[in-house]
Amino acid sequence: MEDNMMIKNVNNMPQANNLRNDFPALQGTMHGKRIAFLDSGASAQKPRAVIDAVTKAYAEGYANIHRGLYAFSQQKTAEYEAARAKIARFIGAPSPDQIVFTRNATEGINLVAQSWGRAFLTAGDEIILTEMEHHANLVPWHILKDQIGIVIKYIPVTDQGELVYESLLSLLSPRTKLVSCTQVSNVLGTVNNINRIKTILSVFNPDIRLLVDGSQAVVHRAVNMVDLDADFYVFTGHKLYGPTGVGVLYGKSALLNAMPPYQGGGDMIDRVTLDGSTFATAPARFEAGTPAIAEVIGLGAAVDYVTHIGMETIHAWEEDLVSYATEALRKMDGVRIIGEAEDKAGIISFTVEGCPSADVAMILDQCGVAVRTGHHCCQPLMARFGVDGTIRASFGLYNDKNDIDQLIDGLMKAKRMLV
Amino acid sequence: MAQHIDEIIESFSLLDDWESRYSLLIDLGKNLPDFPEHLKSDENLVKGCVSKVWMVPQINEGIFTFIGDSDAHIVRGLVGLLHIIYSGQPVDSLKVIDIEGIFEKFSLVQNLSPNRRNGVFAMIEKIKASSPR
Repeated sequence: MEDNMMIKNVNNMPQANNLRNDFPALQGTMHGKRIAFLDSGASAQKPRAVIDAVTKAYAEGYANIHRGLYAFSQQKTAEYEAARAKIARFIGAPSPDQIVFTRNATEGINLVAQSWGRAFLTAGDEIILTEMEHHANLVPWHILKDQIGIVIKYIPVTDQGELVYESLLSLLSPRTKLVSCTQVSNVLGTVNNINRIKTILSVFNPDIRLLVDGSQAVVHRAVNMVDLDADFYVFTGHKLYGPTGVGVLYGKSALLNAMPPYQGGGDMIDRVTLDGSTFATAPARFEAGTPAIAEVIGLGAAVDYVTHIGMETIHAWEEDLVSYATEALRKMDGVRIIGEAEDKAGIISFTVEGCPSADVAMILDQCGVAVRTGHHCCQPLMARFGVDGTIRASFGLYNDKNDIDQLIDGLMKAKRMLV
Repeated sequence: MAQHIDEIIESFSLLDDWESRYSLLIDLGKNLPDFPEHLKSDENLVKGCVSKVWMVPQINEGIFTFIGDSDAHIVRGLVGLLHIIYSGQPVDSLKVIDIEGIFEKFSLVQNLSPNRRNGVFAMIEKIKASSPR
């Protein structure tokens, strides 16, 4: 039995969670059962406030944003830009101009790879990723490697599921240009120590850029761009209780404005003649074409919603949930928890001996429990732990002990049926 | 096959809870002929399944059969179901079997019925691909 992870006393934690009432989809049932939604790591449920904000964006004063001289357009522009300002405040970015709206986190990383990468990297330049990256932070760099011949190195992961920080020093070289790393592993739940990586980089060579994938982090904890001091930070809206189709790329202003556009089109230009174009400064430079107006406004409402509850409150609540679930899972015979880092956020991966994960998920489904199985878009990490896939329970602010009890009951049923 | 599949359909219809139906499905999987380990290759993997499914079609004098396996028990049961439906059929008839109609009679839950994006559909497509027409 591994005891490296602190188990908190969660006996005083209430059984139910009133915030669940804010989420219309959680009032429904799945196969006639109360739904225990434990797949927020894939996409979170939407609170009424977000659904209403999206509806209102279309129902009241809808028009395309920017350059319309009539009231509807100016109102919608104001709402869209207000969302940008809210998101800047939410992540502690010094200026709203550092917030670029993308489709999702994946597009944010592709944008950096194709714009910054192609402009500033040449054959033989090195970047460092980690073994625990989501395919979204692997494949864009593999594509760039094929295009321009960069070299990719990887920070390994310990058996506990933590980064081997010491290895970073031996991976760094005079050719290293970028480190790109997730803040929270979408499989293991590990919270990586970004400050430690930043400190190593600052000592070795302050010109090495740092990109942080915050998709699984901003939903569980307060983040601050000034404290983190990353050059780029990406996250997606739909995991943060916001709409699908909108994500955020934060970047340091000087960097963003030195980067060439990723896509060309309307709304991103300074001047266009038939001979060529000059480009607007960031963020407009990276927002070609009509953006996801209602979704951006919806994401602003999501940020208002979690800010009102308080990220510290969400953090503490979810930490108790992870402790409660970890303790319950450890009591079950045959359960192997994959990822036992000291600092974990909102995610538990595990396997059950003798029970294929797909079978477990199908039986849990019938019990009203939504989990995810498979490789979680992290095939190299699965290989590292010698498994084909895991069962992943991931938590959101609406989860409670009832959900975990329902998961444990479902797992016992699965074991009875399968073993 | 008509007789055999009707018996299976009747067995399923007698079960009024998902747990018993899933258990019957798991038992069907246990009756599948052994699948040789060396055939569990990438080439024989059915693409589009969340769990691993291997299938090797065989045609003998115009009669279709296949061997198959899965790393998941419930999915192996579905392979067993397809084996009962398709194995021993003339290869010409593979495309005319009303598979959606048969699955409807099983009153299995929705996620185990052939939909374009799930593994059962992918298995059926692989079977139908053996048909000359």
